[in-house]
Amino acid sequence: MKKAFTFTLVLALFLVALPVSAQEEVVELVMGSWRTEDIEQWDEILAAFSAAYPNIVVRFEPTLNTEYDAQLRAALEAGTGPDLITCRPFDLSLGLYEAGYLASVNDLPGMEHFNDVARSGWITDDGENVYCVPMASVIHGFIYNADLFEEHGWTAPATMDEFMALLQTILDAGITPLAMGTKDGWGNAYMGFENIGPNYWDGEVGRQALISGEAKLTDPEFVAAIEAVVAWEPYLPDGHEAIGYADTQQLFPLGGAAIFPAGSWEIPIFEANAMFAMHAFKPPVVDPDAETCWINDHVDIAVGMNAATAHPEEARIFLEWLTTQEFAQMYSNLQPGFFSLSDHQLTLENPLAQEFLDWRQECQGTIRVLYQYLSRGEVSADNENWRIMPAVIQGVMTPMEAAEELESYLWRPE
Amino acid sequence: MEQVAARRPRRFYILVFVLPAFILYSMFMAFPLLDSLRLSLYQEQAGGPDVFVGLANFERLFNDPVWSERFWNALRNNFVFFAVHMLVQNPIALLLAALLTTRGVRGVALFRTILFAPTTLSFVIIGFIWQLMLSPLWGILNNPAKTLGLPTPLLGQTQSALVTVSLVSVWQFVGLPMMLFSAALISISEELIDAARVDGATGWQTFWRVRFPLILPTVGIVGILTFVGNFNAFDLIYTMQGALAPPNFGTDILGTFFYRTTFGGGATQRPNPIMGTTIATIMFLIILTGVLIYLFGIQRRLVRAES
Amino acid sequence: MTATATARAQTSAPATSALRQRLGRAGTYVILIVYSLIAVFPVALILINSFKDKREVFSSPYSLPNPINMSGYETVFGRANVIRYFGNSLAVTLTTIILVLLFGAMAAYALSEYRFFGNRFLAIYFALGIMIPVRLGTVSLIRLMKTLNLHGTLGALILVYAAAGLPISIFILHSFMHDVPRELKDAARVDGASEYRILFQLVMPLVRPALATVAVFHMIPVWNDLWWPLVLASGESVRTITLGISWFVGQFKTDWSALLASLSLAMMPVLILYALFSRQLIRGLSEGAVKL
Repeated sequence: MKKAFTFTLVLALFLVALPVSAQEEVVELVMGSWRTEDIEQWDEILAAFSAAYPNIVVRFEPTLNTEYDAQLRAALEAGTGPDLITCRPFDLSLGLYEAGYLASVNDLPGMEHFNDVARSGWITDDGENVYCVPMASVIHGFIYNADLFEEHGWTAPATMDEFMALLQTILDAGITPLAMGTKDGWGNAYMGFENIGPNYWDGEVGRQALISGEAKLTDPEFVAAIEAVVAWEPYLPDGHEAIGYADTQQLFPLGGAAIFPAGSWEIPIFEANAMFAMHAFKPPVVDPDAETCWINDHVDIAVGMNAATAHPEEARIFLEWLTTQEFAQMYSNLQPGFFSLSDHQLTLENPLAQEFLDWRQECQGTIRVLYQYLSRGEVSADNENWRIMPAVIQGVMTPMEAAEELESYLWRPE
Repeated sequence: MEQVAARRPRRFYILVFVLPAFILYSMFMAFPLLDSLRLSLYQEQAGGPDVFVGLANFERLFNDPVWSERFWNALRNNFVFFAVHMLVQNPIALLLAALLTTRGVRGVALFRTILFAPTTLSFVIIGFIWQLMLSPLWGILNNPAKTLGLPTPLLGQTQSALVTVSLVSVWQFVGLPMMLFSAALISISEELIDAARVDGATGWQTFWRVRFPLILPTVGIVGILTFVGNFNAFDLIYTMQGALAPPNFGTDILGTFFYRTTFGGGATQRPNPIMGTTIATIMFLIILTGVLIYLFGIQRRLVRAES
Repeated sequence: MTATATARAQTSAPATSALRQRLGRAGTYVILIVYSLIAVFPVALILINSFKDKREVFSSPYSLPNPINMSGYETVFGRANVIRYFGNSLAVTLTTIILVLLFGAMAAYALSEYRFFGNRFLAIYFALGIMIPVRLGTVSLIRLMKTLNLHGTLGALILVYAAAGLPISIFILHSFMHDVPRELKDAARVDGASEYRILFQLVMPLVRPALATVAVFHMIPVWNDLWWPLVLASGESVRTITLGISWFVGQFKTDWSALLASLSLAMMPVLILYALFSRQLIRGLSEGAVKL
């Protein structure tokens, strides 16, 4: 190797390395998240926080949804996790807490604004320790291209029969009915199965029966829910096997499909990109005469603190700020589609988000069926569903086989 | 020849020369590898030290349906991955190397630079480039593939996804065996080839009768390097398909299986580092077997054939 | 001599053979050019489309950008800590190479120069590491790094890369050092030079090409590695460029022009460096390959 070349390289190394090691006066906290879509909103929220606390800067560092948990875990094991951790509900965060990676927030001032339901996703089994500050729930449903519906005279369906008929009508009009791929699979599990499923298994009734062992996933009500999702296959985009969730998030706002099986968290992304008006309809009921309808109103997101953070005081200041009215109001409006879990009185500016929220008056709420307890097995049933659901849709296995396999992974409390 | 240094009784400097490398290598390579083999014989216990369980983890990996189905699937896929490299990558590399070392071909340096370029890019870049190229939404390659009657989308169909990913890997790495073959072909003496020419052999015949037998040792090296690289692969599949290796584990190989098991994945899957070491041990044994077969079988025979 | 040989071969060949040779030559170029296009096309397509806006990327992927749209690049520069990631990668790669060259050369010299107890054992011990990937020891390495309080640091990456790089380096350097004439070393010893001086001032300069080869051998794999940064040092401040790209490619998955821009940004420095140094790189690789 030429000496001059080596010298230049070494020089370059020092030049580049120097500013990195230089000390900064302001404390910088990194916030990990799977919400890659929310970069701009969080930048605004965090700017408001820094305005109130000028000596703390929080940097929002999201990871791709499908890779977040593995990467976070790897980072925490290596001692390099972010200072602030966006918490998934139930066991995944519980696991982090039990492994000592999340600090308890029991004595955090402001926690009194969250009731037991709000805390349920981030509390130890014995109810003793809360380890994340609850932020929001999300509601599942369907967002549709209202301009397109109006143009063709289509109306939002109320029952599954109407829904399936509508899909065929849309397809006959030469338009892709549903913006959903089957590559990642978690969209099929959550926006397919867990979205329309509660009306099949009677929401909380079916969920509790499954946990207690009175019901099995191979029972007709659960298999029927799987079959209902599989029936969507002809209405998915061409080549859906290699279309990922992020692809459909791009496809729908560009006008590439009529209906997006959604979670309410899509609202801000679509409103930023779509050139058309949007409305939403709730999961259609199976039986038109059913007394209750169910919606999946899932405790979804919270924020905790890395127990090994180098700046615990600053991190706690930030968490405390998350319990305030100021944050709840700002968050709900900047993140339409995430519905605050606090008891502060809020007004929603976003009409589409209000549509979702209104369903809470019409229907009863339940959460994702496989989340609590059931996915605690060595192999997580919920996680397997990310693979199994696309496989059933693609015809690799039958709905019954899928139900049998999922059932085999279930963990039930004693 | 007599060692000059041997006359001195204490040769402290040998220690100084050897120790840094010895310590570094022992501590951060040999120890972790051996310790990882040891860990595969244990089981984690909440709040306590690991418990020795003998071969129980392997028993589960091979026989417990929760594990075995995935394991055999990943192993089978890994062999397909390897086969594609052997059948496509190495023949193409050999062809390119033969053409590049043909006498009188101009622009060899330029061609070599271009052909080797993909090898210098990271898996991350290559994975995403090809994911985009093959995306049914963009259609750059999806539409032509459909016209040709291939199962589309190539990355989404069980019968095509694994081969497609393997071919992308071939695209990335063909430069390496090409370089190895070139280096070997260049070192063949001109006289041998000329002699063949004078005897009236065509270029094709010269290649197979004269040049190819002389580079057999390199063919062996390329084979074993491909084997080791393929059974240790992870990155490309991770960046193209994600840790779940869709469709339905259709592109899962031992490396992705190892990663997913060790670090968890999805929203609710807990990591299992000990089962991770069990899978790593299997990978270790597979690679070791390959290397031993090469060293004691293939290489010996090749060296004998040469002499 | 080669020229005359060629001439003789050509003149002695009958006319049909000359035609066949010319056809063969044309075929050679066709294959090389076609494969070159296959190698270049995806890269070129990404670069070209990175200068278009979102809609144009979809509607006309093959056309040249018109007008040139930099919105993707603006988005990326607004978000990503590109400079810091580059600094980290540079620091890790260079330190690794220096360690590997220094310790590798020392060990290789000792093994090739002196006969001592355990020499053969050591040579085999190191050689075993050539074929076994250190990745298989991941779980234990993470535990070890935690115990040493090195987890999450660039140091952890450097130690693993250096340790894993030593075997092949020792192997290559060993064979080069073996070729250094004994008379030179003995003459230095007669002049009273210490063994250290002989290695660092006499032998090392003589095997400079071998050192360059070893450096080249490690540069690309270390720079491009995803696994170890992912599992050992994924924190924001220690993130390497390769891991950094994979993170912000994830972030921009819903914005293809930013996605293409980030891919292009990640490729360009490597491609430019490669264009400048490809000759040295390829020569180094070939020389190392011959020694394998």
